[in-house]
Amino acid sequence: MSKLKNILFVLIFSIIVLNSSNSAEKSPPFLETKWTFKGLFGKFDRASLQRGYQVYTEVCASCHSMKYLTYRNLAEKGGPEFSEGEAKAIAASFEVTDGPDSTGEMFVRPAKLSDKFVMPYANEQEAKAANGGAYPPDMSVLVKARKGGADYIYSLLLGYSEPPEGVELDDGVYYNKYMYGNKIKMPAPLSDDLIEYTDGTKATAEQMSKDVTNFLMWSAEPHLEQRHKTGFRVIAYLIILTVLVYFTMKKIWSRVESKV
Amino acid sequence: MSDHEYTPSSKFGKWFNDRLPLLTLANHLTDYPTPKNLNYWWTFGGILTFCLITQIVTGLVLAMHYIAHADMAFSSVEHIMRDVNYGWLLRYVHANGASMFFLAVYIHIFRSLFYGSYKSPREIIWILGIIIYLLMMAAAFMGYVLPWGQMSFWGATVITNLFSAIPLVGESITTWLWGGYSVDNPTLTRFFTLHYLIPFLILGLVVLHIWALHVPGNNNPVGIDIKKPSKDTVPFHPYIVIKDAFALLMFCIVFALFVFYQPNILGHADNYIEADPLVTPAHIVPEWYLLPFYAILRSVPDKLMGVVAMLSAILILAALPWLDTSKVRSAVFRPLFRQFYWILVADVLILGYVGAMPAEGLYLLIARVATAYYFAHFLIILPVLGWKEKTTPLPLSITEPVLGGSPNLAAARSDEKIEKTIK
Repeated sequence: MSKLKNILFVLIFSIIVLNSSNSAEKSPPFLETKWTFKGLFGKFDRASLQRGYQVYTEVCASCHSMKYLTYRNLAEKGGPEFSEGEAKAIAASFEVTDGPDSTGEMFVRPAKLSDKFVMPYANEQEAKAANGGAYPPDMSVLVKARKGGADYIYSLLLGYSEPPEGVELDDGVYYNKYMYGNKIKMPAPLSDDLIEYTDGTKATAEQMSKDVTNFLMWSAEPHLEQRHKTGFRVIAYLIILTVLVYFTMKKIWSRVESKV
Repeated sequence: MSDHEYTPSSKFGKWFNDRLPLLTLANHLTDYPTPKNLNYWWTFGGILTFCLITQIVTGLVLAMHYIAHADMAFSSVEHIMRDVNYGWLLRYVHANGASMFFLAVYIHIFRSLFYGSYKSPREIIWILGIIIYLLMMAAAFMGYVLPWGQMSFWGATVITNLFSAIPLVGESITTWLWGGYSVDNPTLTRFFTLHYLIPFLILGLVVLHIWALHVPGNNNPVGIDIKKPSKDTVPFHPYIVIKDAFALLMFCIVFALFVFYQPNILGHADNYIEADPLVTPAHIVPEWYLLPFYAILRSVPDKLMGVVAMLSAILILAALPWLDTSKVRSAVFRPLFRQFYWILVADVLILGYVGAMPAEGLYLLIARVATAYYFAHFLIILPVLGWKEKTTPLPLSITEPVLGGSPNLAAARSDEKIEKTIK
């Protein structure tokens, strides 16, 4: 009977585990690529983050905001780690409205490290009006806000194609096999040599997709490196302590004739 | 309660203890005679206390940085994740802590079910536990609303709408709960207040739960009454303390794996999208620990009856000490009950699974069968089993378990196996 019980449980668990990633609509498996931030000691690829920022600012930023990021973040540890001077120069290339000044007037000044990323549109309504009614989502936590995370974003960026036979698309709607429902209002944003990387890397669509996804992963989890580092130490500490407590327990319980 | 009267050794201690017997209490907690055959399933009481304290401490610090306002809640959570020192750690511990809390409480409850810990004279402990569990669900639900993501908002909308099923006054009650005509800022602020309050109510109930436990003492895997103190018991300190500490550390390793390496796996991606009353998510699902009840709710076609079924599924547990008519506590000596116990465990897992799936077709059929079985287990199987089942002979004490080659050997072995699986 206990064997039967075990089999029953293994069965139920495997059904649950295998199916938990299933939703009503099936999307094709994501494109595979190697992420450096995964795993026990996962870290970001610094150069890729810097290139990713370039892709964001030259391509995505014309429609997508990143309202939870601050220019100082670009120079912080665990991120793209631009030098402070570079980050200042990046910030200064944007203009923000500040004020009121002593005469009560608002004024425009170059952005500083303490400013939030400048948004492409003044508000959601303007963003929608400029994009055929679709709101380009804020990208600060986008990777965490989509099932499949970085793999999904990477696949989506490369998932554009002509619609299969029989699929009708309205004007301003594109076919993407990874998008929920396969219809997306964003045209394919990346194509080979769309931008010129400052570090000389060849800007293929794959390269740019990977770099910008890395950048978005960092923006969603800016403390990921610290989390992995702390996590490893915490768990190593716990394991050592557990072993010590185990032997202490054995010793204490050896006084009574009962097993632990 | 210890049999001997405790007198502090120091003069000041005696003076203080005569006025406030804290030292007597401390002595009682240290000496508390505990059955020496408790297995690792018994360590989850201590683990749960740890979970509660962790939630309160991390929650307290999070509340210092969180802003309970519909326009600012989401960005204040991002502020915690980005700019507060170790804010990411606090929030991930708190969010995963809720899941770990429920994982532990389910093990704790199913341990009681297996070993009959709810039976006389421990009914009050059991009922207090059910109230704690209900409050935990309320606290967890309201806590999930606070980040004001899409799942927060729509989860709150679905659950609060359940109250509108109440005849006549339903609509007014829902409006009263919302503080308006939809889930909005007033709903968020009151949920925050209640989310802050409930853990302290739970803490108070936990004290009562432990107090009530210390009157009859712990049940044990054999489920027989034992003399206390005797050679069947060990003092709580150091024996149980060190064993609980060991189990707690193992639990913490699992906890840490979630917090540091998969902090978002138990949550829903949609909750990283700020709440938008105009956009409904494709699938609204509660957190995993509420899924079995969600499945029961949806398996009934009528809204009001669905709510009644869901509530009954929890409240029926409070009547369990009287529904289970068997005098024998431990499933070790109840061969038939043991089979039904595992079917119930499977049934609840199945309910949890279909709760996460769309309520249609085969899933709905499975949910209905599983719901019916859930109630049948408590209302039909348990009362009948008590009369019909032929239990195996009970040992006289823990130290003299079975005399001669009795059939209990197999039972004892299966008990050992459970112990081994956790080790």
